[in-house]
Amino acid sequence: MSSPGEGSGGTLPDAADVGAGGAQDLVGGGLPEIGAAVTGTEGSVVYFPTRERYHDLLAALRDVDFELLTDLCGVDYLTHPGRDLPDGVAPERFELSVVLRSIARRLMVRVRVQVPEGDPEVASAWDLYPGSEAMEREAFDMYGIRFAGHPDLTRILMPEEWEGHPLRKDYGVGRVPVQFKEAPGPR
Amino acid sequence: MSDERHEHRDLASETSEGSQELGPRQSTAPAELGRETGSFLRLPESHPAGDLGDIDIEHPDDETMIINMGPQHPSTHGVLRLMMELDGETVLRTKPVIGYLHTGMEKTGEELTYVQGATNVTRMDYLSPLSNELVYALATEALLGVELPPRAVWIRMLLAELQRVSSHLMWMATNGMDLGSTTMMIFGFRERELCLAFFEKTTGLRMNHDFIRPGGTAADLPDGWEDDVAVICDTVIARLDDYDELLTGQPIFRERVEGVGAITADEALALSATGPILRSAGVPWDLRRTMPYLAYDEVDFDVIVGTYGDNFDRYAVRLNEIRESIRIVRQVVEKMPGGPYRVLDKKVTPPPRARIDESMEALIHHFKLFTEGIRVPEGEVYVAVESPRGELGCYMVADGTGKPYRMHIRAPSFVNLQSLPVMLHGGLVADAVASISSVDPVMGEVDR
Repeated sequence: MSSPGEGSGGTLPDAADVGAGGAQDLVGGGLPEIGAAVTGTEGSVVYFPTRERYHDLLAALRDVDFELLTDLCGVDYLTHPGRDLPDGVAPERFELSVVLRSIARRLMVRVRVQVPEGDPEVASAWDLYPGSEAMEREAFDMYGIRFAGHPDLTRILMPEEWEGHPLRKDYGVGRVPVQFKEAPGPR
Repeated sequence: MSDERHEHRDLASETSEGSQELGPRQSTAPAELGRETGSFLRLPESHPAGDLGDIDIEHPDDETMIINMGPQHPSTHGVLRLMMELDGETVLRTKPVIGYLHTGMEKTGEELTYVQGATNVTRMDYLSPLSNELVYALATEALLGVELPPRAVWIRMLLAELQRVSSHLMWMATNGMDLGSTTMMIFGFRERELCLAFFEKTTGLRMNHDFIRPGGTAADLPDGWEDDVAVICDTVIARLDDYDELLTGQPIFRERVEGVGAITADEALALSATGPILRSAGVPWDLRRTMPYLAYDEVDFDVIVGTYGDNFDRYAVRLNEIRESIRIVRQVVEKMPGGPYRVLDKKVTPPPRARIDESMEALIHHFKLFTEGIRVPEGEVYVAVESPRGELGCYMVADGTGKPYRMHIRAPSFVNLQSLPVMLHGGLVADAVASISSVDPVMGEVDR
């Protein structure tokens, strides 16, 4: 499994050779093709850009009326590595799943980015979609995925001195002892 | 021992990015301060929605004061903590600090089977539990690829719309209380009680129903449900006119909410706000209409939009959404189809109790379903519904076992809270209470 940083930029095959056709065919034209694999049918297009092209793809999508970044969350595929990915996309431990919506065209597009375990950092979407701020903080808090360019990458749900990232699959659940029974009284 | 502690300290510093709190001006970098002072919208300078020209970065520090509102404050609707920088009574910067109610429900969701999962998500948004169950069930069904019987679809619509009525009535009540109208508080709770009584009759519980489950609903509607629903519709519609008289046209109320906490459509979109906040700014975006699910394309209703995006518009949007929901409920009562209320698929729906005594196969299916859960094929899906607070989404990854590999809820309150600093900026601290209320945050959903 090579890191996506290797090789020249845009090494992934064009959308046209995945499934029935590229994004153009899927939604009747108008979606950008920037050398990222695309799957899905009309109404549920999924892009698989490399880490390097992720920000470019978001910028291209924003230019074609995808004005609302609805959701952004991380996934840890540590114990489920053999998932279904289009040709040319190498699975990595972490994945970032982003949902964009176009209000003008009533469309939804999803973006899935592979994030390697050794260097879990992707570009922040905050300069394009300021609403991604809290969601990226949550992904950082829960998975330790770092977002380059985020203005305030602090923990959001866990206390700021918390150790580790709780939604990772190798996080020690039950590491912190919790007393469920009634605590003994003073006497 | 000391080694271990040393290791722990390293891990802590490695996994911490510092303070979550709003810092004093002197210790904040100028660029960061510029963003925060702009409203804490944190817009980059190049963004079209950002107008950062009028920021007074050199604001002397001794003229301002940072105060905490919450986490224990009667009008923050739970354990929401807002750090506000005040200049006199004017709010300059605001930062919501959340996480006080975080109980790791997404982690818990990975440990529960698909049969049990609805009991977990229903506790997130405790004011509209049925919406949460609905989105969880829809996501599971999308992965399973099962087709719901029509009656299940329409029962879900009926419950989801009554839920919207009860949630908005609850909002009217708490909003009334925040603005000092205890009459409205009593009225809102009184009408919500009608809906809750119907839910109790139908599902057995007033909240946290676990009624909408993957594969249909837990039970059929009770006998005589049409009459109960008709009473709710007639009563609520009549009482809405009372609310109009009590609040909508009343000068004291209007003075308090008009022009307060305004947000533009550009700002709301940039901040990913959905639901009544986005619609109050004039964007007609309602998933029931724009991306229909269930059978919302078969009923008539209007999407309510506002103009100015202020607190009054958000009030008016919610008030009229109650009317539209009642309109949908009446159509659902008319069109309710017969037939089964669950998928007739042995691998998804547990057998009826009587069958278990007769058939060994039914007993095995029952046992398998309740110990291992429904076997959902590998895949991942994002499904969203329009909850009373905005877009409620569920991202689910299945790995072929009886439990979701990843279950993420896109909580509307969590995202909508980001627009609060914009609404509060430049306003009075006394109006902050009204604006917080108009966002309608439910902390169970924010912190999950």
